[in-house]
Amino acid sequence: MKVPYSWLKDYVDLDIPPEALEEKLFSCGFEVEELVYLGKDVVNVAVGRIVKCEKHPDADRLTVCTTDCGVHGVKQIVTAATNVSEGALVPVALDGATVLHEGGVEKIKAGKLRGVLSEGMFCSGEELGINDDFYEGAEVNGILLLDPADAKPGDDIRPVVGIDDYIFDIAVTANRPDCQSVLGIAREVAAVLKKPFRYPAFGFEGACGEGDVTVTVEEPKLCPRYIGHAVKNVKIAPSPRWMRRRLALLGIRGISNIVDITNYVLLEIGQPMHAFDRRSLRGGKIVVRRAAAGEKIVTLDEKEFTLTPENLLICDGERPVALAGVMGGLDSEIEQDTSEVFFEAASFARDSVRKTSRALGQRSDSSARFEKGVDALWTPDAGMRRALRLVQELGCGTPVAHGVDALSVPVRKRTVRTSYAAIDGVLGIRVPKEETDDILRRLFFEIEGDGETFTATVPPWREDVDGYPDLAEEVIRMYGYDHIEPTFLERATVTHGGLTEAQRTERKFKDVLRYEGYCEACTYSFGSPKDFDLLRLPADAPERHAVSLLNPIGEDLSVMRTLLTPAMLQNVVRNVRRGNESGKLFELANVYLPQELPLKELPEERRHLALALWGEGDLFDLKGAVEAIGETFRVKFTFERGERPYLHPGVTAVVKAGEREIGTIGELHPAVAEALALEKRVVLGELDYAALCPLFSSETGYRNPPAFPAISRDLAVVVDEEKTCAELEACILHACKAVKRAELFDVYRDARIGRGKKSMAFRLLFEADERAEKPLSPETVDGFFKKIVGNLSRLLGAELR
Amino acid sequence: METENIEEEAQREAEEASSSRALYEVKMKFLGRTGKVTALLKGMREIAAEHRPAFGKRVNELREKLEGMFSSLEERMRRREMEEKLAGERIDVTMPGRRRQRGALHPVTRTAYELIDIFSGMGFEVFEGPEVETDHYNFTALNTPADHPARDMQDTFYITDSILLRTQTSAGQIRLMEKKSPPIKMLSPGRVFRSDDDATHSPMFHQMEGLVVDRHITLCDLKGMLDEFARAEFSSSSKTRLRPSYFPFTEPSVEVDVSCHICGGKGCPLCKGTGWIEVLGAGMVNRRVLENCGVDPDAYSGFAFGMGIERIAMLKYGINNIKLLTENDTRFLEQFED
Repeated sequence: MKVPYSWLKDYVDLDIPPEALEEKLFSCGFEVEELVYLGKDVVNVAVGRIVKCEKHPDADRLTVCTTDCGVHGVKQIVTAATNVSEGALVPVALDGATVLHEGGVEKIKAGKLRGVLSEGMFCSGEELGINDDFYEGAEVNGILLLDPADAKPGDDIRPVVGIDDYIFDIAVTANRPDCQSVLGIAREVAAVLKKPFRYPAFGFEGACGEGDVTVTVEEPKLCPRYIGHAVKNVKIAPSPRWMRRRLALLGIRGISNIVDITNYVLLEIGQPMHAFDRRSLRGGKIVVRRAAAGEKIVTLDEKEFTLTPENLLICDGERPVALAGVMGGLDSEIEQDTSEVFFEAASFARDSVRKTSRALGQRSDSSARFEKGVDALWTPDAGMRRALRLVQELGCGTPVAHGVDALSVPVRKRTVRTSYAAIDGVLGIRVPKEETDDILRRLFFEIEGDGETFTATVPPWREDVDGYPDLAEEVIRMYGYDHIEPTFLERATVTHGGLTEAQRTERKFKDVLRYEGYCEACTYSFGSPKDFDLLRLPADAPERHAVSLLNPIGEDLSVMRTLLTPAMLQNVVRNVRRGNESGKLFELANVYLPQELPLKELPEERRHLALALWGEGDLFDLKGAVEAIGETFRVKFTFERGERPYLHPGVTAVVKAGEREIGTIGELHPAVAEALALEKRVVLGELDYAALCPLFSSETGYRNPPAFPAISRDLAVVVDEEKTCAELEACILHACKAVKRAELFDVYRDARIGRGKKSMAFRLLFEADERAEKPLSPETVDGFFKKIVGNLSRLLGAELR
Repeated sequence: METENIEEEAQREAEEASSSRALYEVKMKFLGRTGKVTALLKGMREIAAEHRPAFGKRVNELREKLEGMFSSLEERMRRREMEEKLAGERIDVTMPGRRRQRGALHPVTRTAYELIDIFSGMGFEVFEGPEVETDHYNFTALNTPADHPARDMQDTFYITDSILLRTQTSAGQIRLMEKKSPPIKMLSPGRVFRSDDDATHSPMFHQMEGLVVDRHITLCDLKGMLDEFARAEFSSSSKTRLRPSYFPFTEPSVEVDVSCHICGGKGCPLCKGTGWIEVLGAGMVNRRVLENCGVDPDAYSGFAFGMGIERIAMLKYGINNIKLLTENDTRFLEQFED
């Protein structure tokens, strides 16, 4: 909300500088986002009277003007402008002045022009940053000529042209739509400065007959109030300078007196107004109704819209004349020859205006204001009475005696009954009662009480206030938040906080991965439906059963993910493109699994773990990280050959805990790698963390170390290529209880072993029984070894090397 | 004399030995089972009986002398050999150490953990609500009426008319209060989603909501707790400032600024010269919110606060671009190793 300092002075006597007012506003909840002095770029520019004009001796197009600049002395100014003459009053940028020039600030210095000294420069309106609304003639091509009634030589130009002013750009919170106006802010300013507030003049004298327009509101929920008032004997003309200047300060161009009045009331009172040419209201009727499907309207800016019943219309007896709260229709616009107008000051439901404005992509100052909320009881009436007053002040018409007021909400005073103790109880401090009363009264609450309890009557424009906590807020923001003394839950119960088991587990889980060298990634919870195609998932893959957003930012971010791998893959691509040759990443985040689509209940949010490594390392490095998790949480994982459409068919393993599948690890399929232009090896893993969690154990057990040292023996066998390490290992362990470990340490292939064969070497560790009284003898171990070799040969066709 | 010759010979050969091995061989040549001194002792039988004691004594003296000599030469040899060995094993200790690359927690996770630790020390427990939420928990129960601007399609990602991606972790407040009666001290961290994507906004970010509900909770308690938080998270001299604001679910609502931890409040580029940094939103829990959760607002009161974890992390680590937090460039992430 933009508010000029000068305009506030209409309602409050301001005796503090704008910077101090900024502080005050900030303290009571109105942050000034920007405070701009309009004249900041126009410095050292004075009014001068041209005393003498002479031709430049060496330049036909230049004129040398002797200019009386009052207190600044008589200056010689050389100009190329053709609209200057002796006696003219002009703005003179003196030596060292700054003015605006082509969007920037330009410094003016005395200097010679074609050999003749110029002690400054005459200014155009553009160089002062103003248009015709600030000062008539500012837009002519040439020097700005000033009216002798406004200025005398030596005066600072800024007050003369209306730029000696400050604009406060104030952030107004959503609960205070009543402060979306100069008057609304002024009320707060008066309250915080403890100054009296002066209302502007409302209403009119000397009516002229009665109006003949009837108003029917068919949708009172969407339009709780519609006030209409006719003005006759209208004479369309430009509005006076003071009004045009005020509109210009807030960036609105003057159009004509009647239109300017509607804009002025919007800025001053916060009531959007509309003025219809009475001639265009057929049947002398206003009907507020929903649009029929397919109905059309052309708005003031000559855009045509096709409507739905979501859109509220203002219609006359035959057709739509305005899009309610958004914009008037083209053919009911005020014209130069309009002689009777019908003013509208209404309250429209903010949701309805917002929907229409968004759906049609049509915004206006009116719709912006309605979207924030306009109360029904005070603002439309104040707006209309103010508009009629301005009509009278500008002498541009005569209102009829009575307006039409279609009000569908009950007129009643809203009150809050409470006590000083209740207010102090919210704040935690004691505010003197007189102070509480005074603050609330300054904010236009009526207070009646017995010294302990009181009833506060809420001003009608304060729809946000409905309980004592609201009053507490009013009190403390005016009394000052610096009165709040920190206390530490002095009267509260002691509670035992801390993390749950699951939360501690999650931290430990991340620590394991961190120690394994993985950095934690964080990616969006939504992805693209194309991700499924990239992963070559079949059409009936369960992962494609995903929740879609109704209003995504784009297709890329439109589907709630059902697996983390696509985003992880994107991380890898981004890293590789940026020259990060190798790396390891993990992410622990939710996937979203709908029970049915479209969604009837909330989808299951299931935590998954994604792992990726690239550049250095292979499947077994990633597998090592999974095994580290297993060791930390005492879960025994098994790995079986598996398949995923996006993983290399020969380098993919299903991770199992017992019989339960927990996830998959594997090398990225070369076809996917090619599609992503990834030349380096990428290994990916995705595990169902939610399924894993219940298997975790944090119990630390122990067993006594064996009484005798273990004996180690190496075993190398030749087997068929398709026999797996896991099969051999299981066979060895199964053959003999005394073997505690069988670790593969070498795999070897060559022609002597034979095609389709490989030699696998295991290191076996034999341990005596826990209760044994003597170590295993070499002969006993020989016996075990024989049995193992026998089993391997019988069950897996392995031959001892 | 034979013994003297042997002694001289042994001494000479021993001195010439250039290694432990050679020395041992010399020793064996004289003192070994077939050595010269041993041979003398073996030859005793052939010596006349009356000369035997004197001869025996001489040979024994010779043996002892030689053993002593060999022992000291051996010691000297060992020392020399150790020195040679050590000299040969000398390495360049300035060469790089061998270590395994460690990973790192994401800065947002790190910050969230810090915040959780601060508040759990004050008696807060952590409660995580769902990320896909109902309109009821995200808005209605939080006193955000149906036509409130915050509910507009501009800001909220919808899945159906009544199911959406939560826009605030405040949604967790209601779920917890429905389950648990006061006293409540709850922290709700997690992902939130808003339909915003520009240089300073990300459509997904993290928030941390705090809620205290008990008897006699006041605005002064909120201020006290936030002072404590600011000191723990930013600096021991941090201060907080409350200023009026608006949230539908709190009344009064405040914006909380923390004194700038870079300049200590004097004014610098980070705090844009104001000495204060906007860090979180807070307020006294709106009575309607308590009512919506079945908590008697006349018996209980409370406060709530909510902060953006990315914002805290960015302030704390001086990260100036929010996009860095979701790009997952390892050169960025590795810096958060600890």
